[in-house]
Amino acid sequence: MNEILTKSPQGHIEVRNFSLSYDSIEGPVQAVTDTQIHVRPGEFVSIVGPSGCGKSTLLNAVAGFLKPTTGIVTVDGERVNGPSAERGMVFQQYSLFPWKTVRENVEFGLKMRGMPRSQRERAARTLLGLAGLEAFEKHYPEKLSGGMKQRVGIVRALATGPKVLLLDEPFGALDAQTRVIMQQILTNMWQRLKISVLFVTHDIDEAIFLSDRVYCMTARPGSIKAEIPIPLERPRQQSMMMSSEFLALRRGLMSLIREESLKAMGGEINDMGLQGLNIELHGHSLADVI
Amino acid sequence: MSSPALVRHPEDSMPATTAIAEAGSVPAAAPPPSFGTLALRWYRLNRGGLGAMAIGILSLLAFLLVWHLLTTYRVVFFVRFTNVPSPLAVYASFTKAIHDPKFLMHIVLSCRRILIGFSLAAIVGVPLGLIMGRFKLVHEIIFPVAEVLRPIPAIAWVPMAIMLWPTNEQSIVFITFLGSFFPILVNTLHGMTLVDPVLVRAAQCLGARERSIFREVYFPASLPHIFTGLTVGMGVAWVSLIAAEMISGQYGIGYFTWEAYSLVQYADIALGMIAIGVLGLGSSLLIRGAGQLVMPWRSR
Repeated sequence: MNEILTKSPQGHIEVRNFSLSYDSIEGPVQAVTDTQIHVRPGEFVSIVGPSGCGKSTLLNAVAGFLKPTTGIVTVDGERVNGPSAERGMVFQQYSLFPWKTVRENVEFGLKMRGMPRSQRERAARTLLGLAGLEAFEKHYPEKLSGGMKQRVGIVRALATGPKVLLLDEPFGALDAQTRVIMQQILTNMWQRLKISVLFVTHDIDEAIFLSDRVYCMTARPGSIKAEIPIPLERPRQQSMMMSSEFLALRRGLMSLIREESLKAMGGEINDMGLQGLNIELHGHSLADVI
Repeated sequence: MSSPALVRHPEDSMPATTAIAEAGSVPAAAPPPSFGTLALRWYRLNRGGLGAMAIGILSLLAFLLVWHLLTTYRVVFFVRFTNVPSPLAVYASFTKAIHDPKFLMHIVLSCRRILIGFSLAAIVGVPLGLIMGRFKLVHEIIFPVAEVLRPIPAIAWVPMAIMLWPTNEQSIVFITFLGSFFPILVNTLHGMTLVDPVLVRAAQCLGARERSIFREVYFPASLPHIFTGLTVGMGVAWVSLIAAEMISGQYGIGYFTWEAYSLVQYADIALGMIAIGVLGLGSSLLIRGAGQLVMPWRSR
């Protein structure tokens, strides 16, 4: 346990000159092009963008499920060559094993590592306790609510002590109230574990509320349109979402995304929302403006 | 107008217990419910099931009654019931047969053939389906052959089986095996194709390698379909067995039924048929029970 909680900061994600295309009958389709992102150790970074922009593709490449067509993905200088327990992943569809109880789900990564049964049972119980789920350890996932399932999903991904945590729209299927609670739980765990997080979402409020930095992607073929630091102080409270600082960030991101969504739909570009907001695109920072 | 709280239990026939439970500020302070209360609650929770069971019993009784009437009055109306044994005659021959070691031997032999043939089919079919589902090359090699052989009914194999196997017993077991093999194989394969790829990814992210993914994801994910295959396979095994026994057997419940016809023992025909029905039902119940044991996450 202690080993997991007091890990020295590492988990530096680096994606350089990244592009990914796949073959189709009409020839190669460019999903993501010319993309550079990075996550510093212990940083919480989100990727937002219009649907279909390739943000999940990018995350799946960091996880090791997809190979980049060009470019390289590294974690702490080591090239990513396939999925590994060093990069924990949380999926939108929860993807808990329905044939395993809550505790067996959490134990899975430790079992794969060869940890003896009694030891991993103890570790799983402790982790479930932190997530307030110890009463449900013997339940099968089917019996849990969406929020509980995703808490198990997060705990399961963290159980092996990964260097980075990758989340693919993890709260997309939850109702608004549950989502807010889950965001709080995720923030708490992240602050405790000092783990690097790469978080994909289409929810702008969620991205701002959780992140140190937000990447905004363009419509397909996806690339990074803007990188926006979120200078809001921590710990963050729900009430901050009403602050002028938050709303300014929100307005800026909103117009960036709307522009891309319209492009994705082939519509007219309307940049009314951008007026009066001095957002510099890629590489520059919004922090000094605010 | 009464408040909603007062009309909450309009049909409640136990106002006393309800009052105690609702008035007490601490629920634990309520006295333990009496046997009568528990029985009543149990009845309320299971009312639907009990009703269904009652209807089921009534419908079986009605079936027996219609059978009885049709045979006692020897009805001839397109179908001839002149020689059909009555339920009472069948019951009489049942009481006789149950003390007859020969009848029991027929049943034991049929069960043994099912056990061997079906078990072999499961032992070969399930792993083969799993491997075909996982490795494309194996699938590409075996699937075409399986697709050609599959539509051939097990009964059509009887002459070939007699040529292939030195003894009758072996060819009957072989027919039973063939009957259950294809449903088991096809359903296992189907289960493998339906495994959620996200679950495989989740396992990979947690450090699982090929073997562990097979054991911890593909196999349990396919289990519901494997058990569908086993249930269907068991049904077809009985169909094939009875046909094979009627054609080439010397013993077995199928042979017993056919022999009864040749010996003009009409009551035994019905007895044999009912025995086959009960055995088939029993074996599929066994498989369902095994399924619930193996897949506790699916029982609610």
